[in-house]
Amino acid sequence: MDEIFGIPAPLLFGQLLLGLINGAFYALLSLGLAVIFGMLNVINFTHGAQFMMGAFVAWMLLNWAGLGYWWALLVAPLVVGLTGVIIEKTMISRLYKLDHLYGLLLTFGVGLVIEGVFRNEFGSSGMPYRIPAELQGSWDLGFMFMPIYRGWVVIVAIVACLATWLVIEKTKIGSYLRAATENPALVQAFGINVPRMMTLTYGAGVALAAFAGVLAAPIYSVNPQMGANLIIIVFAVVVIGGMGSILGSVVTGFTLGVIEGLTKVFWPEASSTVIFVVMAIVLLTRPAGLFGRA
Amino acid sequence: MSEIHRRGLLGAVAAAPLAGALPYRPARAQAANTIRIGLLTDFSGPFRDLNGPNSIAATRLAIQEFGNRGFNVEMVQADHQNRPDVGVNIARQWFDRDNVDMVLNLAASSVALAVSELARERNKVAIATSTATSDLTGRACNANTIHWVYDTYMLAKVSGLATVRAGGQSWFFITADYAFGHALERDTANFVRQAGGRVLGQVRHPFPGTTDFSSFIVQAQASRAQVIGLANAGADTINSIKQIGEFGVTRRGVRVASLLLFITDVHALGLQTAQGLVCANTYYWDLNDRTRRVAQRVLQLSGADMPVAMSHAGDYSATLHYLKAVADMGVAAAKASGRDVVARMKRMPTSDDAFGEGTIREDGRKMHPAYLCEVKRPEESRGRFDYYKVLQTVSAEEAFRPLSEGACPMVRS
Repeated sequence: MDEIFGIPAPLLFGQLLLGLINGAFYALLSLGLAVIFGMLNVINFTHGAQFMMGAFVAWMLLNWAGLGYWWALLVAPLVVGLTGVIIEKTMISRLYKLDHLYGLLLTFGVGLVIEGVFRNEFGSSGMPYRIPAELQGSWDLGFMFMPIYRGWVVIVAIVACLATWLVIEKTKIGSYLRAATENPALVQAFGINVPRMMTLTYGAGVALAAFAGVLAAPIYSVNPQMGANLIIIVFAVVVIGGMGSILGSVVTGFTLGVIEGLTKVFWPEASSTVIFVVMAIVLLTRPAGLFGRA
Repeated sequence: MSEIHRRGLLGAVAAAPLAGALPYRPARAQAANTIRIGLLTDFSGPFRDLNGPNSIAATRLAIQEFGNRGFNVEMVQADHQNRPDVGVNIARQWFDRDNVDMVLNLAASSVALAVSELARERNKVAIATSTATSDLTGRACNANTIHWVYDTYMLAKVSGLATVRAGGQSWFFITADYAFGHALERDTANFVRQAGGRVLGQVRHPFPGTTDFSSFIVQAQASRAQVIGLANAGADTINSIKQIGEFGVTRRGVRVASLLLFITDVHALGLQTAQGLVCANTYYWDLNDRTRRVAQRVLQLSGADMPVAMSHAGDYSATLHYLKAVADMGVAAAKASGRDVVARMKRMPTSDDAFGEGTIREDGRKMHPAYLCEVKRPEESRGRFDYYKVLQTVSAEEAFRPLSEGACPMVRS
């Protein structure tokens, strides 16, 4: 029990746990992407920039308005979600009739512009943001010291994922949403305002990204590129889980976090590649993704 | 990775009509009397803050202070996005078409090595002020290149050795998995062993694209090393330090040796997180009246809310010395041969407000003292950018690699 594959067991447990924590970020981000893709059929490449905006809004709230972390968890997603609504209304909504590729190009461009603006304003090395006092410190789990904040991230992420799933699967709004995904014209004929629903869905997906951004601010460098680094992995997660599948993105997010964590022990140099290897294998054997419908 | 070639794009858009329809090149007589300096660096990526706007201002400051001594000086700038292919393309265009005589800064080691080679081919001047690899004055040295400010050997010796002497005997490295990280780890490990310390292990993290270092931190803890050596840079270092703090590693008596830490990184971390870290610098803005004056004037010109780092000071110092050499030998001779300019620069002692008095060695190494600095506690900091206290001054000869050990082919043993 002392060693597993030549690695001390405590170290391995630690890595599994850390993998799960990273998986929480992947799950939150890919969830937003999946919701947006499922409803709007738009591959939202602005997602990384919106994640970054969430972290920056948290920083701004603290430094300019004196509002701390807990307020930021509430306000930042609202503010960034609102910018998402504006982007959807003024730009993305014009592209629904066109090929996926146009939405992808547009959101990619918007993301670059947003990152450029932040870089010009704040530089590239980032802003300091502290862990809130209530969540500082660490627990001694016996096999490792677990920072309390990381535990908090996992719990919050799981709650957020569950809540999103419940809203979409178990509420009336969710049922409209799913119906509109299947057949927008028919749902509109029943008197439901589908365009507004799409706008709000995009706003909600974006808000989820911003929420993840606030969660990330105390542990990752708050800089304009922080989203660009994560977003590529998150896209791989969405593809592996099956585009638009909510359950798929959540399960895959956590699983890939763990796989990546284990790679960091056995072969650290490959840890940024392993997710793409998994993606290639999944695409070869199940092109629609693990949870997707072909 | 996904960076758009912003400056390049703007430059191309601006230059396209000029290059085509309008005669862009200045009149021949005027061009012959104009020295053009090309600032080639990272304006949009992870190394933007330690170069970027303050580098433009520092170079401009040197040009302003130099004044008009019978010839004009112009500056152009471009973003190489830390990609050697992009950097070499821009430099080639500058040398071949735009009459640029000297390229400055260069930043990322990979770009610097490539552009330095091009400068040799075209007989122009390359001055690296923000580059780390000590190979630039070692195996890859040439007669057209000068390496200012710092290198991996100096970092390893000054900050690595100081950590060993302070009682950090056993080390674990967290290393960026590319040439720069490997070089820094290798150089530091050598000093650790020489001083009687031990290296217990290392982990190589992918570059770029690593945001979470928790796994590596836990591995370092498991090794029971007394020191975690960070052989990475920029955002990677910032993320590592932030997360080491989160895991409470330092509270359990483990030291962190941030081998390459710029003041801009400290600014990003905040003193609360960065306090107590030790780092090697060759310029700190608050050393004396002269260094303070340089920083103040650079910030006046750039208007940036970003401390003046040693790389910025290097741009100022290198430009000033280059222009002095050009004035000394005459513009025509300087434009004819970059090799001759570099030779002249090596013969002249350097003197400026940023680095004080210094020399340039045969292998292209600019020699000046180094300072071992410690990041202040928040309550010790008295004002804007008041981040360091200087623990120790190390003479140039002691800080930089001895000429004989560099394996530079130009050095006759």
